[in-house]
Amino acid sequence: MIGKRIIGGWVLGLALTAAAAAMATGKDTPMPVSDAAVMDGGLVRNLSEFGFFADARGQVPNADVTPYRLNTPLYSDGADKLRFLYLPRGTAAAANGEGLLSLPVGAALIKTFAFGEGDQRRLIETRVLLHRADGWTALPYRWNEQQTEAELAVAGARIAVTTPQGQEISYRIPNKNQCKECHGLNGKVVPIGPKARNLSREWLGGMVTAGKLDAMPDHAAEMPLWEARADASAEAAARAYLDVNCAHCHRPGATASNSGLDLRWEQDDPQALGIGKRPVAAGRGAGGLLFDIVPGKPEESILLHRMNDLDPGVAMPELGKSTIDRDGVSAVERWIEGL
Amino acid sequence: MHKLNATCLSAAFLAFLTQPALAKVTLIDAGEGAEQRLQEALILAEPGDEIVLGAGRFDLSDGLSLDVDSVTLRGAGMDASVLDFTGQQGAGEGLLVTSDFVTLRDFALENPKGDGVKSKGADAIVYHRIRVTWTNGPDAGNGAYGIYPVESTGVLIDGAKVSGASDTGIYVGQSRAITVRNSIAEANVAGIEIENSRDALVEGNIATRNTGGILVFDLPNLPVMGGGNVILRNNLVVANDEPNFAPPGNIVAGVRRGTGILVMANDGVLVEGNILSDNPTAHVMVVAYTQSFDDERYNPYPRNVVVGENMFGRGGDDPQLDGKEQLLAAFGGALPPVMWDGLAQGDTGLTAVPGVAGWSLNLPAVGKGLGGAQPAPMAVPAPTYAFADTSVGAPAELEARLNK
Repeated sequence: MIGKRIIGGWVLGLALTAAAAAMATGKDTPMPVSDAAVMDGGLVRNLSEFGFFADARGQVPNADVTPYRLNTPLYSDGADKLRFLYLPRGTAAAANGEGLLSLPVGAALIKTFAFGEGDQRRLIETRVLLHRADGWTALPYRWNEQQTEAELAVAGARIAVTTPQGQEISYRIPNKNQCKECHGLNGKVVPIGPKARNLSREWLGGMVTAGKLDAMPDHAAEMPLWEARADASAEAAARAYLDVNCAHCHRPGATASNSGLDLRWEQDDPQALGIGKRPVAAGRGAGGLLFDIVPGKPEESILLHRMNDLDPGVAMPELGKSTIDRDGVSAVERWIEGL
Repeated sequence: MHKLNATCLSAAFLAFLTQPALAKVTLIDAGEGAEQRLQEALILAEPGDEIVLGAGRFDLSDGLSLDVDSVTLRGAGMDASVLDFTGQQGAGEGLLVTSDFVTLRDFALENPKGDGVKSKGADAIVYHRIRVTWTNGPDAGNGAYGIYPVESTGVLIDGAKVSGASDTGIYVGQSRAITVRNSIAEANVAGIEIENSRDALVEGNIATRNTGGILVFDLPNLPVMGGGNVILRNNLVVANDEPNFAPPGNIVAGVRRGTGILVMANDGVLVEGNILSDNPTAHVMVVAYTQSFDDERYNPYPRNVVVGENMFGRGGDDPQLDGKEQLLAAFGGALPPVMWDGLAQGDTGLTAVPGVAGWSLNLPAVGKGLGGAQPAPMAVPAPTYAFADTSVGAPAELEARLNK
C-alpha cells in the first residue's frame, strides 16, 4: 500500500508540475507532442523532436503523456526507470484481458533510465517505442553530459555509471537491433511492459475515467507489487519476476524460443517452466548442472546459476545486465527452495 | 524472421532477384571507432546492400547484430578480416542474424564469449568461408557453438572452419533444407551436429581432433522435433580423440572420446562414402536417446538408419567404454567399426550393406543406461530404405550466391 501511495503521489505531482510548466511558458497551450515525429519521422535524431516532455531534464511529461509504473519491473542494473504512455488526443487504449493493453497507431511508450537521487540524478538514456502504421519501431536515445538533449544512438553505447549499491559499471545502452531482441515476437516489435496484470487498478481506473482506456481490464494487478513481495506468495513473486525479466525472450515466438523454456506468467507446464528440464544450447552457461530448476535445490538450478553470473556467455539476461539483481535472485531462490 | 516453407522461399527469392539493383556498398575499415561504424552500418543497411570489412583486426566489446533482409557481410578473407571478441563485455554471441536471405562470407571471429555466429529464424542464409576460432584450443571456458543457425529454413555452410567450441563447431538446430559442406571442424567437443532438423546434406567435410566428429541428434522437449532425412556423405572423419571438454550437463558432455559419427534417435540417416580412421571408440555409433524424458510427442528410437559403403581404417582400439579390456579381448584387439545399442522399433532401426562389421550392446530398454548390456556381434538386415538426393540440402538459390 505504501508503494502505491507513493507512486500515486508521484503521478499526481508530475501532473501538477506539467500544468505549472505549461503556465510558466505564458502560453495557453504548450507545443503538443509531434505526431509527425511519432508516425513518420523515420530515425528521429533528437528526443526533443517528439515533444514528449514539458521539461525533459525534470522528466515532466507534456499533455497527453501519462506516467505509469509496473507492479513488478524489469531490473536494469538498479537504474531508476521513468515510464510514460503517449496517446494522441481522441484515441484510447483497449483492454485485452490480463494481457498487453492494445495501443492505437500513433501511440508511444517512453522509458527513461536514470541513476542518482534528487539534484544528483543523471539521465542516461531514453528508449521509445513508436506505434507507426507499419508496426512498432524501437529507438534508443543517449542523454548528453549537459542533460539538455538525448541523441539517437542506433549502435548503442557504453557509459561509466555508479549503481545505487555503489558499484562502478560499464552500463550498456542497447543498439536498435538489441531493442528487438527483447521486444521481438514472431518477427515483429511489440511492447512488453504495459500488461493489465502488471498495472495497478488505480492507474487503470484513472485511465478509464480520463477516457484513455475503453474498459477496466479483467484480472488487473495480479502480479505483486515488487517492493511488497514479502507479503506475496513465494510463487507469485518469483513467477512475476521471471515473467517480467525473462519471458520476453523465453517464450514461443521470441528470441530464446529454441531453448524450449517458457517462463511466462500464464505457463503452467512444469517442464516448460524449467522444472526437471535439461539444457539444450546452454553450453558453459549450464555450469555443470543438469536441470534448469531442481525443486528444493536452488544451488543445483541452472536458472539461478545464470542469474548469479556476469560473464557474457553465462549471464542471463544476455542484454542490459552488468550487475546481479540480488533481490531477484532471492525471490527466485525462495520459490525453488519451496518447490 | 518469419518461417518460410520451401516453396515460399523460392518465390520470395525470385521476387528479390527481380527488384532493381540499387545495392549500396559500405566499406568498414579496422581501427578507431570500427565497432560503432560496423554496428551502425548493419542497422542502417537496406535490403540488397553489402557491407565490406577491410583487412585487419576489429576489437569488439559487444555482440554485433543484423536484422535487415538480403544483406551481405563480406570480409577480405577468413585470415585477413578478424572480428576479435577477446574483450567482449556483453551479449550471448559474437554476431546475431535475425533476418532472411543474408550472406556472410570471408571473415573470422575469434574468442567470442558465448556463441560465434548465431542465426535464428534467419531463412536462406549462406555462411561461406567463415572462420570461428577459440585461440586457446580446447577449453571448457570457450563458447558453445561456433556457427549456429537455428529455427531456419535454407542453410548453406560452405568452406567454414571452426575450432575450440566447448559444445559444437558447426551446429544446425531445429532447421530444414540444410547443406554443410567443404568445412573443417577441429578440436571441438562435437565437430558438426545436425539436431532436431530435417533434409540435411553433410558432405565433403573434415572432422578431426574433436571428441566426436559428426553428430545427428533428435532431442525431446524442444519446439521442433522429428529430425531426419539426413545424408552424411564423403566426409573425412579422422582422429577424433580429444577428451570431452564440454561443461557437464550438456547433451554433448556424454559423447565418448573417439566417436566418429554418432546418430541418436532420428528418422532416416544415410552414412555413405565417408573415410573414417583413428576414431578410438567407434567409427559409427547408432543409439536411442540415452536419458529419461517426459514428452509424448518424442520418439527416442533411431529409425531407418543406413550404413552404406564407407572406408573404415584403424579404430575402436581404445574405446572410452566400461569393460574396455574385456571388450577388446573379446573382439580381438579392436572393436568393429559400427557400434549399436540394439534398441529399435521392429527391424527398421539400423540396416547396413553386407560386409559392414559391427557390434551390439543388445540393451533391453530405452533410457535405462548400459546396465543390461549383453555385447555381441551385430546382425542387421541389408538396407531397403531409399534416400532421395533431391530431398536434402539447401535450395539451389543459395548456391548461386557463392559465385557473386
